Amino acid sequence: MTTALINVPKKAKRGDVIEIKTLMSHIMETGYRHTTSGQIVPRDIITSFACRYNGEEIFRADLFPATAANPFISFFTVATESGKFDFEWIGDNGFSETAAASIIVE
Amino acid sequence: MRTQTAPTRRRFLRLAGHAAAIGALPLVVRVRPVEATPETMAAAIRAVVGGAVVQTGKVKLDIPPLVENGNSVPMVVSIASPMTAKDYVKSIHVFNEKNPQPNLGNFYLGPRAGRAQVSTRVRLADSQKITAIARLSDGSFWSVTAEVVVTLAACTEEVI
Repeated sequence: MTTALINVPKKAKRGDVIEIKTLMSHIMETGYRHTTSGQIVPRDIITSFACRYNGEEIFRADLFPATAANPFISFFTVATESGKFDFEWIGDNGFSETAAASIIVE
Repeated sequence: MRTQTAPTRRRFLRLAGHAAAIGALPLVVRVRPVEATPETMAAAIRAVVGGAVVQTGKVKLDIPPLVENGNSVPMVVSIASPMTAKDYVKSIHVFNEKNPQPNLGNFYLGPRAGRAQVSTRVRLADSQKITAIARLSDGSFWSVTAEVVVTLAACTEEVI
């Protein structure tokens, strides 16, 4: 079961700079570890993260094996209008998860 | 010629130890390099900036100078930028010297960000230099470098 934690302010004044915090539970297996028999543990990471604000992309990140397990990413945006944030994580082995959060801008 | 002999020796001893423990296994020393080097970091930086000049300044890299556990190191990159439609940070790229790969993360923002700051948590396989580079809307590149000492390295080579 994969879970995402999203922290977006419920309300903001128009023009406020708000912080968005995201955390996705994921093992982020680097592909550089091996078993006692010498087998490489295959890479299994999230490779890409994106955030859209009312449909428009406002933030994107490329992730690497160097990203710690359960990737935490936080960033900022200007609260321009009420609406919805859509988050998307894409990774190895067909990993694809989405989450959403809404905001009221006054 | 490798300048650092310690990891090779450590790997050799570890392999030798395993071979001795298992008894019948032939001793095979693999010399596949599993760490990035300052050269691969420089190549990764070149891949991002091309031939542009990277200036020092404007970028702030907040990372603990002494890290107990390399598996999860908090890192904050911020850039002194007004973040207006005409003058903003396009992207932030973070590199390292000694992990198996030279990239720590690429972050793409725009004028709507309001503040050019990104936080995340990274893995560090060794004590090393971290370099953050920002691409501004006018096409210039700015960078900062921080030294990090790691006491417990991220388990890139751990046997599980």
